[in-house]
Amino acid sequence: MEANKLKELEGIARGIRIDSLESLYHGGSGHPGSALSVADIVTILFFSEMNIDPANPGLPDRDRFILSKGHACPAYYSALARRGFLDRGLLSTLRKIDSPLQGHPVLGKVPGVDMSSGSLGQGLSIAGGMALYAKRRNRPFRVYCVLGDGECQEGQVWEAAMSAGHFGLDNLVAILDANGLQIDGPVAEVMDVQPMSDKFRAFKWKAIEVDGHDFASLDEGLRRAREHKGGPAFLHARTVKGKGVSFMENRVEWHGGQVTGEVYERAMAELGVVQK
Amino acid sequence: MKAIRAAYGEALVELAGKYDFFVMDADLAKGTMTVYFRDAHPDRFIDMGIAEANMYGYAAGLSSCGVPVFASTFASFAAGRSYDQIRNGIAYPRLNVKVAATHGGVQAGADGGSHQCLEDIALMRAIPGMVVLCPCDERETKAAVETALRYDGPVYLRLARNAVPDLHPPGTPCEVGIGRGNVIVDGDDAAIVAVGGMVAKAVEASGELRASGIGAAVVSMVSIKPLDEELLLRYARKTGRIVTAEDHNRCGGLGGAVSEALALGLPTPLEMVAVDDEFGCSGSPDDLDRRFNLTAGDVCAAVDRVLKR
Repeated sequence: MEANKLKELEGIARGIRIDSLESLYHGGSGHPGSALSVADIVTILFFSEMNIDPANPGLPDRDRFILSKGHACPAYYSALARRGFLDRGLLSTLRKIDSPLQGHPVLGKVPGVDMSSGSLGQGLSIAGGMALYAKRRNRPFRVYCVLGDGECQEGQVWEAAMSAGHFGLDNLVAILDANGLQIDGPVAEVMDVQPMSDKFRAFKWKAIEVDGHDFASLDEGLRRAREHKGGPAFLHARTVKGKGVSFMENRVEWHGGQVTGEVYERAMAELGVVQK
Repeated sequence: MKAIRAAYGEALVELAGKYDFFVMDADLAKGTMTVYFRDAHPDRFIDMGIAEANMYGYAAGLSSCGVPVFASTFASFAAGRSYDQIRNGIAYPRLNVKVAATHGGVQAGADGGSHQCLEDIALMRAIPGMVVLCPCDERETKAAVETALRYDGPVYLRLARNAVPDLHPPGTPCEVGIGRGNVIVDGDDAAIVAVGGMVAKAVEASGELRASGIGAAVVSMVSIKPLDEELLLRYARKTGRIVTAEDHNRCGGLGGAVSEALALGLPTPLEMVAVDDEFGCSGSPDDLDRRFNLTAGDVCAAVDRVLKR
């Protein structure tokens, strides 16, 4: 990846973090740590990897994206807004009555949202259905599904992993936002899901280890996923919950902590936003 | 006589040339009779193995690409096991998936209570926007499958396992409309509103009652949701006595739907023929009907009770 592209993506990701915290501040509740941990993954997908067109959000052959860990949606909404799918003014309506920006994404309410999510563990099955459609009908699109590591405690994830391997869905990429924390504590203590790459390999996936906050590493992983034929690809992206805001990083209480005015100002200062 | 599940399997094959759709199953193609479609159109059939939750997720993803999907298994593993996938993955995003579930009710065979879903109508009709259809014979089943296919949205099709008599004689019209019930027998003294395999028993009961001078109408309420309130209230006004009959728990099913509509629209004396809030068990079809009070005689007794109120 070229240096100027890297620089551009880093700038966008910073903007997505700022937008996420701003919409969470306005929304009054939500999941800041998760939005910050997934921000770079969402950035590279929406600004480099995926074949999408904001002018035609329903294009039949567009690449599909499913945020299976739907609670991280402030980063997703921001990416859609910055990519031109959505009016940026809407970001401050997150979680408010009659807003299209629901607490978890809803199909049909927001252009560019390919599927509702929120009930954990379901996204990879749905992504598999989309990828299988493309295979059966010889369509060129690819499907990207972002999972949380805590989410993989849901058994349905493994039914989906088994079936995607069985069907040889090499147009499907699952990206694990492996930030290691869930509501009740560290994933390893609550209910250990590792070794994730070994598990996906056992289900006939190509497993690739990446740094979920390093665009060169993510880019390389996505390239290897594209080049892999005959089966789906799993990107095990090591991430930090709350990434980019020092007092939120690796802190379980920021999974769903409230972004108050004071928190917002401290976070903005860290992200280099000059307050008026 | 034809099993409703067999009519379902045949309907899929008959409609395959006219419409584009996928059919999915979870290792029960020979039980739900999607096997007919599998053999005729393997390119449009997907067996998901014994993983129903995953199947309904795949169905959601497939249908979101623009093609309707029929996804079948037994009612226990569809409405029961996969409730959250149907609710959040299919109904909430309003996807074009037909949850076609066979083996609803105690007449699911001799497999016992684990396989006899007595709460699927209640579960499915409580989901916002979900259409619930429960046809009573071969022709109504085939019409219901096509109606579901032509409707762009989520539908729950409750399909009985066992053979039922033909209640729509050849040459007579048989249509299934969403929000429409079908009058099978007319009558002035009471109206029996039934679904699925209980419609044939209601017809049998109506015949027996006629011999003793009681005119009991029979309505096949094939569209449980939306309910045909116009037809229901018309018969409530005309007869002043309603009996519901369903192979389902008495909580929240057809009886519940009819009670809600009557309580709001025209309070009318009502009796229910249904399973009395207990689980099913193994047994022959006739023994199960007797054990759970689902015989034509039980329908007659319910009409007698409602006439005395």
